[in-house]
Amino acid sequence: MIAETGLAALWLAAALAGLQFVLMMVALRSGTDVRRAMRSVALVQGVLTLIAFAALLTVFALSDMSVALVFENSSSAKPFIYKVAGAWGNHEGSMLMWVTILAVAGAFVALLAHRTSERTTVAALGAQAILALGFYAFLLIASNPFARLWPAPPDGQGLNPLLQDPGLAFHPPTLYLGYVGLSVAFSFAVGALLTGEVDSRLARAMRPWVLGAWVLLTLGITAGSYWAYYELGWGGYWFWDPVENASLMPWLAATALLHSINVLAARGALKAWTMMLAVIAFSMSMVGTFLVRSGILTSVHAFAIDPERGTFLLALLAIYVGAAFILFAIRAPALKEGAPFELVSRETGLVVNNLILSVVLGIVFVGTLYPLFVEAVSGEKISVGAPYFDAVAGPLALLLAMLVGIGPLLAWRRERRPVLKRLQIPALLGITVLAITIILWRDMHILPRLGLTVAAYLAAASILPLTGRNPLRAPLATWGMVVAHFGIAVALVGMAANAAFSSETLAVAQPGEILTVGPWSVQLASVTPTAGKNWTAVEAELRASDGPRLVTLEPESRYYPNPPTETNESAIRTFWNGQLYTVVGKQDQNGGWQLRLWWKPFVTLIWAGGALIAIGGALALLGRLWRLVWRRRPRAEEWRQERYA
Amino acid sequence: MSRALRFAPFALLVLIIGALVWRLSTPTDTNVHSTLEGKPVPAFSLAPILPNKPALDSSDLATGQPHLLNIFASWCIPCVTEVKVLQTLKAHGVAVEGIAVRDRPGDLSEFLARNGDPYERIGSDPQSQVQISLGSSGVPESFVVDGKGVIRYQQIGPIDRADVPMILAKLEQAR
Amino acid sequence: MRRLVMVLALIAAAPLLADSDLPPAYWSNRQLPDPKQEARAEALMEQIRCLVCQGQSIADSDAELAGDMRDLVRRRIAAGQNPAEIRGWLIQRYGTWISYKPTDEPAAWPLWLAPLALLLVGAWLVRRRIRVRGG
Repeated sequence: MIAETGLAALWLAAALAGLQFVLMMVALRSGTDVRRAMRSVALVQGVLTLIAFAALLTVFALSDMSVALVFENSSSAKPFIYKVAGAWGNHEGSMLMWVTILAVAGAFVALLAHRTSERTTVAALGAQAILALGFYAFLLIASNPFARLWPAPPDGQGLNPLLQDPGLAFHPPTLYLGYVGLSVAFSFAVGALLTGEVDSRLARAMRPWVLGAWVLLTLGITAGSYWAYYELGWGGYWFWDPVENASLMPWLAATALLHSINVLAARGALKAWTMMLAVIAFSMSMVGTFLVRSGILTSVHAFAIDPERGTFLLALLAIYVGAAFILFAIRAPALKEGAPFELVSRETGLVVNNLILSVVLGIVFVGTLYPLFVEAVSGEKISVGAPYFDAVAGPLALLLAMLVGIGPLLAWRRERRPVLKRLQIPALLGITVLAITIILWRDMHILPRLGLTVAAYLAAASILPLTGRNPLRAPLATWGMVVAHFGIAVALVGMAANAAFSSETLAVAQPGEILTVGPWSVQLASVTPTAGKNWTAVEAELRASDGPRLVTLEPESRYYPNPPTETNESAIRTFWNGQLYTVVGKQDQNGGWQLRLWWKPFVTLIWAGGALIAIGGALALLGRLWRLVWRRRPRAEEWRQERYA
Repeated sequence: MSRALRFAPFALLVLIIGALVWRLSTPTDTNVHSTLEGKPVPAFSLAPILPNKPALDSSDLATGQPHLLNIFASWCIPCVTEVKVLQTLKAHGVAVEGIAVRDRPGDLSEFLARNGDPYERIGSDPQSQVQISLGSSGVPESFVVDGKGVIRYQQIGPIDRADVPMILAKLEQAR
Repeated sequence: MRRLVMVLALIAAAPLLADSDLPPAYWSNRQLPDPKQEARAEALMEQIRCLVCQGQSIADSDAELAGDMRDLVRRRIAAGQNPAEIRGWLIQRYGTWISYKPTDEPAAWPLWLAPLALLLVGAWLVRRRIRVRGG
């Protein structure tokens, strides 16, 4: 009954999306005021999808095995949180989550939009409806989450043990909120291109949505990286896996879009660029969805391989992005740009920033799809992975980080003051750190060395916008910018430290034996069997000490019967100056146990930096929303204030 | 903005979609094939794993008549049905040589007793070294080797009953 | 499902149905005593693609074959071979697919040209947006 309710709600929502689209066509053709109707339709559509999603969560929570999806992905022995989170740990469920967010976002746009013109809002809502229609069709025709199984089996096939982790409760929903949040930017861009109203007003209306989606995307990617780090058991945090790249590409586009929107909002310039970036950002989200579900790229992340579904998604992608690109091509001449920017100005800084971000985006895109192209053309199989991406994206990222220190100090229109003077201290700091690394660690690789240098410089430079005035009177948006840019420096320190200072020990130890890793002595005290709700394991007790500190760690090697899999549960201890990361493996023929031990100084700064970047964005969003609440319209003084922000 | 520039993104999209359509329509072969087809079998000398079964040396594959080199293991599930097909091939006069990857004598003799034994010789490869030197990436795999010891064909995955005529033909060509 | 080993191993956890129960090779999970050799071995292992999981390097893989390949790499490095030789030996048997580090063959040139091309195209696209004052 619940499943059928969900399915019915989904059908109704699809019908409403169709209606919403029709309303848009009517409004654009005849100028009728459809605002009220649209608002209601969008709202009800949002509510209906929430009902459908709630229905799915319910059947999973109840372990209703008569629903095929529950049988395939769940079992009654699972802990409750994974029963519920398992609803989106599969293709159909996550697609339903996607569509729900799409509809709910549309509802909020309808409710809150009063800053753009009525015509553009209606056009945007129509675009959102068309997006939703395609995905409703995909769900209802090719990926029905509510399909029944008869007769209902007694128990299910269980959830992949790698997914039975708190990360599953957090990482996919955050990511999807980000991906699909970008759909609003896409819809606004399409709507504005249709009505021709691409201006600073549009930018200010789009900005909170882009900021919100970007913050969530940043959090989602950071969380995913940490999850992979502790789950996969080898201490890596980014693998340039095609699916990871699929999440990075929308993020890069969204970052560029975020900065471009500021130019459009403040100066009414970069119209074509901003619209193009808004289209590309959500296009990248769709490309990501396609890559993960079509089976054309191998990845640890991939859902079940199904070329049929892949074809459907590719068709949606081709239609949506193709139509948007054609619309852009037709309407671009109508976008009047103003005078060119001065060389030394914030506008130019932002253009260069976007240029580099776009180049990195292009590199990730090319690298991910290149093996496919080569195989299509010559049949040869090549592999593109970390060695390529690190070598190419790394230096570009460092260059960008250096420019991030300068940009915020530049004034709009034209910077006449000597900005480089303000950067003397940061530069000095960077050079000092460089000298220290050369003296103390001769063998360090060039990239981590430069990483530490640039991080030191950027940490100081990012704070400069708050100096020279009372920081407490600076707008929240400025604080947000400072925190986010500082976060980049923090993450950079973490990455460089991990690359340069990690110690690794792989060995086979007998109980009682002592191993060393970095400054730590680690003793394998004992190995005992243990069990959990749906698994059995051997648990090693490790006693580690570096002199002053003494800790115990208990890594496990687990066996899940349903589906039969072995995993490693790493044991990690976090200290102020690093993490002790331990993994226990199999036993060898002499009774010794495989141990993998790492001492990773300052590695947590990677994710702390990511969190700071997200927090910065959230602060900026708060600042913008605050202004929205007080209904302040940008005036001359405010605009002038932004010069120093 | 010139017309070429405005339509460039769309043109690029068409190219990319084209490539993706191609990719979806041609079945993806995720197997990694050995590049040694047409090249001689690398020299190796494996120890015996069963007392009543001679060991396998690369020179045993260059005796003037073609051989079917089968890489298998007792813990490999598709190998169970493949062994019966190999016995059919043996009945056709094919010389089947085996390399047991990561196997124990006890498990292997039990496997052969239960499922049948088509092998002339079986070499023991406890750490996959010879498997790697052949460019093989999993079990089961089979190689058609001609009389001079040159690899003519690689079969990835078990040999099904339906594949028997094809394998026999390849062995004929390798004569 | 012809290759249970391949398909099930699309997830990083080791699928039990397709594993031998022999212990891993000696050098698959031990470090070489000479730290410089170990560093070279690890650098190479991070560039060799795992044949089973296909989405990871053999340095990050729990698959048995990956362990045996790590053992092979370490033994050969300890015996004095340099990483390029070992990579070449593997490419001879598996093709360029096995190396994550793009080789210097013509098929890989566009990869290295791409960043430069993208930078130039991007710079050209923005040239009219920025006015350089003379003096």
